[in-house]
Amino acid sequence: MYVYDDHDRQMAAERVAQFRDQTARALSGELTEDEFLPLRLQNGLYVQRLAPMLRICVPYGMLRSAQLRRLARVTRDYDKGYAHFTTRQNVQLNWPALEDVPDILAELAEVEMHANQTSGNCIRNTTTDQFAGVQSDELVDPRPYCEIIRQWSTFHPEFAFLPRKFKVAVNASEKTDRAAIQVHDIGLQIIRNEAGELGFRVHVGGGLGRTPMVAPVIREFLPELDLLTYLEAVLRVYNRYGRRDNKFKARIKILVKALTPEVFAEKVEAEWAHIKDSPTRLTPEAIDHIQSYFTEPAYAKVDNATALLAQQRFENREFDQWLQNNVDTHKMSGYAIATLTMKKTGVPPGDVTDKQLEQIADLADEYSFGEVRVTHHQNVVLADVRQDRLFELWQQLGPMGFGTPNLNTLTDIICCPGGDFCALANAKSIPVAEAIQRRFDDLDFLYDLGNINLNISGCMNACGHHHVGSIGVLGVDKKGQEFYQVSLGGSSQHDASIGKILGPSFARDEMPNVISKIIDVYVNKRTDEESFLDTYRRVGIDPFKERVYA
Amino acid sequence: MPDIIFHDGSIRQDQWFVVPRPENGEPLIIPEQERTLIPVDLWIENREQLAGKKNIGVWFDSHDEPEILADHVNELPLIAVNFPKFSDGRGYSIARLLRERFGYKNELRAIGDVLLDQLQFMKRCGFDTYELRPDKDIRKAAQSLNFFSQGYQAATDTDLPLFRRRAS
Repeated sequence: MYVYDDHDRQMAAERVAQFRDQTARALSGELTEDEFLPLRLQNGLYVQRLAPMLRICVPYGMLRSAQLRRLARVTRDYDKGYAHFTTRQNVQLNWPALEDVPDILAELAEVEMHANQTSGNCIRNTTTDQFAGVQSDELVDPRPYCEIIRQWSTFHPEFAFLPRKFKVAVNASEKTDRAAIQVHDIGLQIIRNEAGELGFRVHVGGGLGRTPMVAPVIREFLPELDLLTYLEAVLRVYNRYGRRDNKFKARIKILVKALTPEVFAEKVEAEWAHIKDSPTRLTPEAIDHIQSYFTEPAYAKVDNATALLAQQRFENREFDQWLQNNVDTHKMSGYAIATLTMKKTGVPPGDVTDKQLEQIADLADEYSFGEVRVTHHQNVVLADVRQDRLFELWQQLGPMGFGTPNLNTLTDIICCPGGDFCALANAKSIPVAEAIQRRFDDLDFLYDLGNINLNISGCMNACGHHHVGSIGVLGVDKKGQEFYQVSLGGSSQHDASIGKILGPSFARDEMPNVISKIIDVYVNKRTDEESFLDTYRRVGIDPFKERVYA
Repeated sequence: MPDIIFHDGSIRQDQWFVVPRPENGEPLIIPEQERTLIPVDLWIENREQLAGKKNIGVWFDSHDEPEILADHVNELPLIAVNFPKFSDGRGYSIARLLRERFGYKNELRAIGDVLLDQLQFMKRCGFDTYELRPDKDIRKAAQSLNFFSQGYQAATDTDLPLFRRRAS
C-alpha cells in the first residue's frame, strides 16, 4: 500500500501544527465556535451528544498492522478503549477530549494516518472495493487511482468550502460493485473502451440522505490521464452553481437533477475543455509511480488446498459454514480472502476494543502480509491468507469475536451509531440491530435465505445506507417517540436502486416481528435459487405490505 | 483607513472605497477623488467611461460570474472578490478563473469575511492582497500566508502539481 514520502510527511506534520494552533485559538476564544466549526470538521472532529467524536481517515479502507496498533494505543490513552469502524471505511473514536485532539493527530501522523477531510463541506475520503487487487474479475487495481485522488483532493485550495460534503468512490470489477459507486457524488467505474484503452465511466449525482438518488452517467468514457482535470471541472461547476441557500438541497445530486444530467454534463465539458491540457493532466509516469506502491506481496507458489479444505470442512461443520460464508476466492492459487465479521450479537456493529485492534494487527502480520482492509459493511478483511492456514486462522477468530459466519446474511447488519451516540439521530439503531440478530440466530436458516442486506440508519442522513438495503430501516421521530420506517428493494450494486417505503412506521419492539413477516413472504414467494431482491423485484411490494399490515 | 495584508506578508494602509450595489432605481454614485470599487456588472454597463481609470476598480460578489468581464480584466487596476461568509467557497473559483482563464494580471483582493485560516487557500487561488475582517489580529494572520510549505495540486500559484515535481 501507499507509503509517505518526504512531501507527504511534511504536509502531514504541518497539518497537525496548524490544527494545534487552531484548537488553541478556539479554546482561548480567539476563534468563535462558528469560525472553528469547519476547521475542526475538516480535521474529523464533531461535537456529539455525549462527547466529541473524532473520525480518523482510512484511505480507501487500507490499514497496516502498525497503524492498527497505534489506533489501539490511542483508544487506550485518549478514549475508553474502543473504536468504531464506520460505513465509509473509516474509524471513529467516541470519547476524545477536544484539547487532546492535536496530540492524537500527532500520534497518528507518526504512522502516516490523519483525520483530514473526514467531515465538513469538502472532498472526503475516496472509497473502493475491499477486495481490490486480490479478486480475479477486476480490470486493474483501483487503489492507485484512489491514492491519486486522495493527493489531489487533500487541502485543495479551491474546494475546501463546497456547498456540501463530496464523496468519490471507485470500482474496477465488472461483476460486482462493493464500493456502491452509484450512490456517491462521483462514482468512477474503471472500464476499457472499444480500442482497449483504460478509462472511467463517470457517474455524478448519486447519494443517500433525505433525497436518495442513483447517479446518472455523465460521461461514458474518460481516458485515464484525464481523471484529475475532469474531476476538477465537475467540482468547479458544483462549487459555483451548487445551492448554498438550503443545506438540504446543497448536494451535487440536486444540481444534477435541477439542470438535468445532460445540461450538467455540457457545463462540465465546457469547463473541462479549458483545463484538460493543464499541468493537472496526469502523466503515465505519475500513474506508474503511484502504482509502484501497490505491487503484489511475496506470494508463495502454492496450489489450491482443495483436498485439505474438503477434509477440514467434512470434519468440522462450523468451519464449513465459515468457509462458505466468510471466505472469498482469491486471484492467486493457494490463497483466499477472509472477512472477519464485527457483527457479533450483543456488540454494536463495527465496534472493536483496543485489544481486538491489536489482535487484528497480529492476525494481519501472521496471515496476510501485515495489511487489512475495512469494508463499508463495517467488517475487516484479511486479503491474502494461504488456504492451508485458513483452519488455524478460523480457530482463533471465534474466541476473539470475529468468527460469526454471517457475512452478507440478514444479520450482517450495516448500522450507524444512532441515538446512543450521535447528536443528529432521531432514534436508536443499535438496539434494533441487536433485537433482529437475536431473533435470527439459526445459521442454517440464514444461509438458506442467502444474500440479504439489512441496513439501519438512525436518521435520514442515512449513514447506515438504509436506502440501498434489500431491507432498509430508518429511525424517525414522531412527537418525541422513536419509530422505524421500513423500505424494501434497495441495492448499491451495478443494478443500483433505492428502496421503496413499505408503509407506516413501527415501534421498536415490533421490529423483529416485522422483519420475520417480510422474510416469511420471501420464503413463500421465492422460486428455486431466487434471491430476496430478485423475488421482491418480481412480485413487487404488495404481498409484503399485505402480510406486514394484516 | 483599513490595513491590508500584501502578498509578501507586509501590512500597509491601502484604502479602496467599496461602493455597495445601489438600491432599486437609485443611480450609481461614484465618489470623487477616491479610489473606488464598484459592482462589476455596473462597471460593464459604464465601461466606455470607466475603462482605464486608475482609481476605479470592481468588486465581485460570490454569485457574480467572472465571464462577464472576460477579456476586459486587464482594463482594471484592481478587482476585489467579496466573501459574504468565509464558508462561501465560490470566491476561490472566481479568483482562479480571473487569473488562469482570463489572464488577469493586476491586483486581486479578498474582501468581506476574510479570516486567517483561509488566507493560504486564497493565496493559492490567485489573491495577492487581503482585507482581513477588522476585529481580527492582522499581524498574526499575515504570518499564515505560507503555513504549508507546499501543496499537492497545481493552482494559480504553481503550474507544478506534486506528481510533476516528484518526477523531475
